[in-house]
Amino acid sequence: MSALYALVGAKPLFLWTDLLIWLLVAVILFGVSYTRKRPHLLAPWHRVARSRLAMGSLVVLLVYVVIGLLDSIHYRPALEQSEPGDEIHYAVEARTVLDWLVGDLREASEKSYSAPMATHLYSRENVEGEQGVTQRDYPRLKYGGNHLQDPQQRSGDITQSLLLGSVQGLLLWSLIVLMLVLWLRYRKGGSPLQRIVTLLRGHADVSEKQPLPWPTILWVTALVSVLLMMAIQLGVKYHILGTDKVGQDVFYQAVKSIRTGLVIGTLTTLIMLPFAVMLGIMAGYFRGWIDDLIQYTYTTLNSIPGVLLIAAAILMIQVYIDNNALLFETTEERSDLRLLFLCIILGVTSWTGLCRLLRGETLKLREMDYITASHAFGVSHLRIITRHILPNVMHVVLISVVLDFSGLVLAEAVLSYVGVGVDPTMHSWGNMINGARLEMAREPVVWWTLLASFLFMFVLVLAANLFSDVVREAFDPRVQSRGERF
Amino acid sequence: MLNYILRRILYAIPILVGVNLITFFLFFVVNTPDDMARMQLGMKHVTPEAIDNWKQERGYDRPLFWNDAAAGAGQATETLLYSESTKLFRFDFGVADDGRDIGGDIRERMGPSLAIAVPTFILGLMANITFALLMVFFRATYLELSGVVLTVVLMSISGLFYIIGGQFVVGKLMHLVPISGYESGLDAFRFVLLPVAIGVISGIGSGVRWYRTIFLEEMGKDYVRTARAKGLPEGRVLFHHVLRNAMIPILTGAVVVLPLLFMGSLITESFFGIPGLGSYTIEAINAQDFAIVRAMVFLGAVLYIIGLLLTDLSYTLVDPRVRLS
Repeated sequence: MSALYALVGAKPLFLWTDLLIWLLVAVILFGVSYTRKRPHLLAPWHRVARSRLAMGSLVVLLVYVVIGLLDSIHYRPALEQSEPGDEIHYAVEARTVLDWLVGDLREASEKSYSAPMATHLYSRENVEGEQGVTQRDYPRLKYGGNHLQDPQQRSGDITQSLLLGSVQGLLLWSLIVLMLVLWLRYRKGGSPLQRIVTLLRGHADVSEKQPLPWPTILWVTALVSVLLMMAIQLGVKYHILGTDKVGQDVFYQAVKSIRTGLVIGTLTTLIMLPFAVMLGIMAGYFRGWIDDLIQYTYTTLNSIPGVLLIAAAILMIQVYIDNNALLFETTEERSDLRLLFLCIILGVTSWTGLCRLLRGETLKLREMDYITASHAFGVSHLRIITRHILPNVMHVVLISVVLDFSGLVLAEAVLSYVGVGVDPTMHSWGNMINGARLEMAREPVVWWTLLASFLFMFVLVLAANLFSDVVREAFDPRVQSRGERF
Repeated sequence: MLNYILRRILYAIPILVGVNLITFFLFFVVNTPDDMARMQLGMKHVTPEAIDNWKQERGYDRPLFWNDAAAGAGQATETLLYSESTKLFRFDFGVADDGRDIGGDIRERMGPSLAIAVPTFILGLMANITFALLMVFFRATYLELSGVVLTVVLMSISGLFYIIGGQFVVGKLMHLVPISGYESGLDAFRFVLLPVAIGVISGIGSGVRWYRTIFLEEMGKDYVRTARAKGLPEGRVLFHHVLRNAMIPILTGAVVVLPLLFMGSLITESFFGIPGLGSYTIEAINAQDFAIVRAMVFLGAVLYIIGLLLTDLSYTLVDPRVRLS
């Protein structure tokens, strides 16, 4: 193995959250293939797929997920050998595939604050003039716009890059459309022209009962790909969203924070789900002392203010990490442990709601005739729970998972502000806000870090909220019956 | 009635014991008094004598669960678990690391917390219910659709941005109110205005959606159809019949948080520099003052349980169908 690492010049680093994230991807893929073959499970998803709102937000969510997944493959690049033939050492600071893709953005760090798209620093410094005279002026940036001879050309250059970016974005989009057309032709036949018209104008096929809202999907894709290519065009030349106090690119930080947000939003539920489902169903199914015990447990946990429980637990884990600093080879491993622990403790404080819902649902189900019939046939408890009760409460689980996501992403920011969130060295929107909020009192105001974290967080949470609304409506039997009544 | 209340209070005791055990486990077992002493006295250059002194001052020098040295019942009572728990149950919170009396601090800081939390709660409730009713009244129009979109957008913004944005625009650009700080008496009004306004606005998104679902659920019931069939105007159906019936779920949500208003809001108070219990807790977390955090956890649990009790009692007041048994 080490020979292979040496050949590639990198050694993979397996973080706990990475493994869990990929496990989650595997679970979702399995779920998709399982659902595809079962029409009764597929039906509500068809309702989701027909919604323009849901599919539009899904495209946005997918972009976030792809970035997050690229950022979830860590490796440690090999350090340069002092002499050939020496043992190869690997860097203490891990990289991800995303870092490798964005390349320069990570290294391009300035001295201090610079405004978005700026060519000069945000504050005056002593600069040596042409005749060796020092004067107070705004020095040029090392990276931002350094390809320009004269900073005056900046606006022209930016316009040019934007135009180029949008043309490239449209090309990329056309490529996607082309591939879609070919795929649809392969799946459903018809002439290419007919396919394109279907895609862009949303003409439903006669054969298709539930057409996907292709126009919405494609317009959102077009927007995303144009923005993406623009960001790439500008990102290599400028700091799109400026730099922070120590001169790091804010855009890079905001992109890196995506992974943290997604990890907290998804892993928390993944971790708490088994407990909530198991205990909730057990309480409702067995009743008696088991019910009492489980109810007691969640009332007790619920009565402790959530933030305080999280704060206490995070303080404890931090003491542990500080005392056992030697266990961690890289800084990433250390902050990763804290992130994982944060997910666990957030899960502990948030499973009670789902557990109570499931208990109520199971209480109703266990009185059903088919459960009584199973009892009469002598079916075991375990089998009744897994075969008859679990599938019938899955919609409650799914709705609660999807609804929880955006709340958890928002909670991360608040917790980081309180000082009990993710590790301060980790990129996260909460840490960005926390570091930048005092800059609002500065004169002149440094606003771009806040703007960046606001934009990235807002788009993710908004898309998640819109998507979860549609999912809830599609899966909630109460909503459907209400819809029919009117 | 009295019987019921008494029984509920008795039920609360095992829950409080559980909370106490969890906090004891977190603050004394995972993090031993030795660790605490070392952290308080500085990580390095700590002599064992200094640690022993520190522990003795606070009475932390007893064994955790079982005292072999003592005789009889003292084996169980002369321990840290017993003494610390009984102190909490007597609401004797001890002293903070800086030597101040925690109980006194809490009483002192309750006022500012309530000055923010109570108006925010009442105004927020009124605003949410009003907007939700209006949305239901104008349902299936573009007015409702834009309302729904607006609430989703409002909901997707982190609470931190409401505070930062509000402070920046109202406090810094417009100079209408002080950005942060607090004064007692009538002067407090100036300082309370902005936090309350921001608290109401940041809660509108999720609040209105929540009440809207409740109202929509009620709208599907038979009595609404009957009322319409009788020819009542839509406004009367909505504000008279639906609102009254919807009070039951609204009350459940509202009453349970009522006692927790005492705890104040962590984020708002620390952003606006209000000397309430929320900022007290944050300061304690940052200073790693475990005695205060532990007291606040216990206090929060007590208030939550009181909230549950009040919810059950209020059911009987608004819903004559519910009988306590």
